[in-house]
Amino acid sequence: MAGFDKVVSSYEEAMAGLTDNMTVIAGGFGLCGIPENLISEIKRKGTKGLTLVSNNCGVDDFGLGVLLSDRQIKKIVASYVGENAEFERQMMAGELEVELTPQGTLAEKMRAGGAGIPAFYTATGVGTPVAEGKDERTFNGRQYILEEAITGDFAIVKAWKADRYGNLVFRKTARNFNPMAATAGKITVVEVEEIVEVGELDPDQIHTPGIYVDRLIQGTFEKRIEQRTVRPSSAQGAK
Amino acid sequence: MALSREQIAQRVAQELKDGYYVNLGIGIPTLVANYVPQDIEVMLQSENGLLGMGQFPTEEEIDADLINAGKQTVTMATGASVFDSAESFAMIRGGHVDLTVLGAFEVDVNGNIASYMIPGKLIKGMGGAMDLVAGADNIIVTMTHASKHGVSKLLNNCSLPLTGKGCIKKVLTDLAFIEIKEGKFHLLERAPGVSVEEIIKLTEGELVVTGDIPEMNF
Repeated sequence: MAGFDKVVSSYEEAMAGLTDNMTVIAGGFGLCGIPENLISEIKRKGTKGLTLVSNNCGVDDFGLGVLLSDRQIKKIVASYVGENAEFERQMMAGELEVELTPQGTLAEKMRAGGAGIPAFYTATGVGTPVAEGKDERTFNGRQYILEEAITGDFAIVKAWKADRYGNLVFRKTARNFNPMAATAGKITVVEVEEIVEVGELDPDQIHTPGIYVDRLIQGTFEKRIEQRTVRPSSAQGAK
Repeated sequence: MALSREQIAQRVAQELKDGYYVNLGIGIPTLVANYVPQDIEVMLQSENGLLGMGQFPTEEEIDADLINAGKQTVTMATGASVFDSAESFAMIRGGHVDLTVLGAFEVDVNGNIASYMIPGKLIKGMGGAMDLVAGADNIIVTMTHASKHGVSKLLNNCSLPLTGKGCIKKVLTDLAFIEIKEGKFHLLERAPGVSVEEIIKLTEGELVVTGDIPEMNF
């Protein structure tokens, strides 16, 4: 690896150093913008006892859900996990530890983790099971709870385009948790649809600067759709 | 007659104002988008990172990178913007969204809401609902007034784990439009053909009825 060039040549190299019982932060919302091939590589490696931090846990045969069948996940921190039968089974059987975290709090925990802020106060979750065991404080007459930041041994991220320095551009709602995840990994691994030469991306259009990125690889993606909703072509024309 | 899902959405849509940024939850709230009055502009916020959600795509327009918070494929309206999840919840938590519409299992006279978990049965998670109810000042909860077995969902105290505490002021059920203040439900409107007595019977928490209660207009 020379200078700022972050490109690695294989998925094996991309996930090298991931070992049992590590914490992995993953970008993605539902199946949108997930690092499909990095997840597959974790499955192939068979790493166990992982703590995963991700908004969702995929579906049974795609996304992070594929790590459930071989019991690679010990604990998951997520906001919504309802789309996965095996997940539900493992959770109900007490085989899988689940820390349900409000979506905005989860995003902020990653953001804070990457930004060197150890904790923050939020009104989200006050008076609910989420507040249990957490410090509470009143500011301007309103109650808030203290939420701690999250960092990971690894962050796995999917972006649309990157240059070889790891400057990233995301596409539409596939951005979601990816930029925050990218900041919060000790080792941040990014897979993209296209790697371009340095200087080709407009600096004003870069969403995540390369400083956060350690390894970069170009992959091909299935991009599975969870809820295919369409309108008839004849209804076209409205905004 | 109790309101249909579409009628609930239609009545909520009457609360939309020109220039509103609106977050619509999954289920009935999503239908509100179909009834935005012609003479106003609203912009729909989807908490996965889209402001200016458009209608569903045609087969040709489908884009796996463009979904809403319900994971449905959508399009972007003219003037839309996309952003990351932290930014999205800055909008929500920071009180920048003008109206939030979401569903619930239960609400109570103190404005508490339970909408995300039925212990032992349904443990899917809160998604963005806790942030939404904590961040918005203007929230409308849509729900059925009672279960199929006639058990009220408008309670003295929520029995399920809370999504938010003391944050709900307006509830639109299939029977009634209700305001919550000073620890009581206040009946504002009733569904066409539904009597005040029927509503009282299916409301566990104290329901204040002042004067003649008008029927909803569609």
